[in-house]
Amino acid sequence: MRPAVFQSTPPPRPSPVKLGVDQVRAWFGSHQVLHGIDMQIPEQSVTAIIGPSGCGKSTLIRSLNRMHELTEGARLEGRITLDGVDVYGKDVDPVLLRRRVGMVFQKPNPFPSMSIRDNVLAGLRLTRSLDRSRAAEITETALRGAALWDEVKDRLDTPGVSLSGGQQQRLCIARSLAVAPEVLLMDEPCSALDPVATSRIEDLIHTLKTTYTIVIVTHNMQQAARVSDYTAFLLTGELVEFSETNRLFTSPRDTRTEDYITGKFG
Amino acid sequence: MSGAQLSSPTTATTRRRGLYSERAFYALALLSIILPLAMLAIMLLGVLKNGGARLSWDFITSYPSRKADHAGILPGLVGSLYLMGLTALIALPLGVGAAIYLEEYGKQSRMSRLIEVNIANLAGVPSIVYGLLGLGLFVRILHFGRSLLAGASTLALLVLPMVVLVSREALRTVPRGLREAAFALGATQWQTIRQVVLPIAYPGILTGAILALSRAIGETAPLVVIGALTYITFVPDGVDAPFTALPIQIFNWVSRPQKAFIVDAAAGIVVLVLTMLILNGVAIYLRNRLQKRAS
Repeated sequence: MRPAVFQSTPPPRPSPVKLGVDQVRAWFGSHQVLHGIDMQIPEQSVTAIIGPSGCGKSTLIRSLNRMHELTEGARLEGRITLDGVDVYGKDVDPVLLRRRVGMVFQKPNPFPSMSIRDNVLAGLRLTRSLDRSRAAEITETALRGAALWDEVKDRLDTPGVSLSGGQQQRLCIARSLAVAPEVLLMDEPCSALDPVATSRIEDLIHTLKTTYTIVIVTHNMQQAARVSDYTAFLLTGELVEFSETNRLFTSPRDTRTEDYITGKFG
Repeated sequence: MSGAQLSSPTTATTRRRGLYSERAFYALALLSIILPLAMLAIMLLGVLKNGGARLSWDFITSYPSRKADHAGILPGLVGSLYLMGLTALIALPLGVGAAIYLEEYGKQSRMSRLIEVNIANLAGVPSIVYGLLGLGLFVRILHFGRSLLAGASTLALLVLPMVVLVSREALRTVPRGLREAAFALGATQWQTIRQVVLPIAYPGILTGAILALSRAIGETAPLVVIGALTYITFVPDGVDAPFTALPIQIFNWVSRPQKAFIVDAAAGIVVLVLTMLILNGVAIYLRNRLQKRAS
């Protein structure tokens, strides 16, 4: 049984800041989508970013691992820090940053030309060579980490795309875990999945936060309430409220937050 | 209710009218596939009837001769195969490389659009123009001489625009999400292209390569211009050797006054078509294997 939506567990102990977002503004061409966001994302916790479509939540999460800049015409100002280091600093290689900050996308996107095993190892194979026993070990650890091992251990050589949607998404999580990141970004990871697959991913998020710092974008408020320790509410590119999830959902400080979580708009 | 509607007169009429147009379109589509196939069959039957008598292993393994019934196609066949191989070696890396640059690295700009339009235009330039370019550039300025290398370079230029266009199409079909997935795993752009994008694009690229090379093997005009020989009694022994090719040999035989050489020409056409079929078959087999791996 999953915890109730408005649970009354004690607030999580404050932990050190993993990701710092400082006055972040982002543009696509001349269109500004983020207007100065400030957030401190604590280590080994789940932070949910909620808000209506087009509020900039995807842009915000994509700026954390510098995926935002891959879009043509995209630019960003402000500071984002990982363990206190500016990830947009001159000597920071975005490629190395993305090995520390993994990402799971909205639509499950296993590599179609690869088997389940090769998908898990893709991130490692893309970047270095692996010996066989180490590869087998990493495959198992990552698939266990993504709660997929028992379902696929007998067919690791079948194509990754032969799995169901929910399994594919867990495969994508395993693929991210195999690179051993510190932060896992999830951009609406369940929006293409059915309720059963969704609840498995949510359970998984609960387990993963003991090891990783997780940031999850979701348009589903119940999901944010279920899985996250902290919630950020974004509206038209501005951070309306950022606090512990319990507090945000039970006693929001801003009326706009209250209107949104009670379903008056969105 | 729905039964009544189905049999109501207006619906029935509309349905029948729909059926007629459906059938008419089907017939039209069928006709447009039967017509070209029939033409091809008539041509093949014609050359088989004319040249069938000369078709033999001897014909394939003999050198041209002044006596029509001793003449063979060996130098032309070998020359064409060499040409194909060399053309592929030159045109495919260049063409795919250009496509990768334009699709994956190049930013959208006025310059890139200009390049795009020009490549499309190049694909429509008559082959004789490429022949003249080859004669000036490869044979004379670069001193390749009237060699296989000059011929293959010219044919490579000829098919390059097509290879670029088709490769770009193939690269464009790779979903953006897969590239992002690779980047998010900490892959560099080159790693992403080589290990994620290209494996998915290969079948499409190969289809384009097949079409382009089929065109190259049938080309005569540019080879005549750069000076492929029409009567050689040896097989080329290197990329700098003089050469002839199947279409040139056929062209040569057709223009002889003696009737007997027409028979040789027909037999030569059969060899050319068979060679093309075999090469295409191999390429399609390779593509299907790649496709199976990719899906």
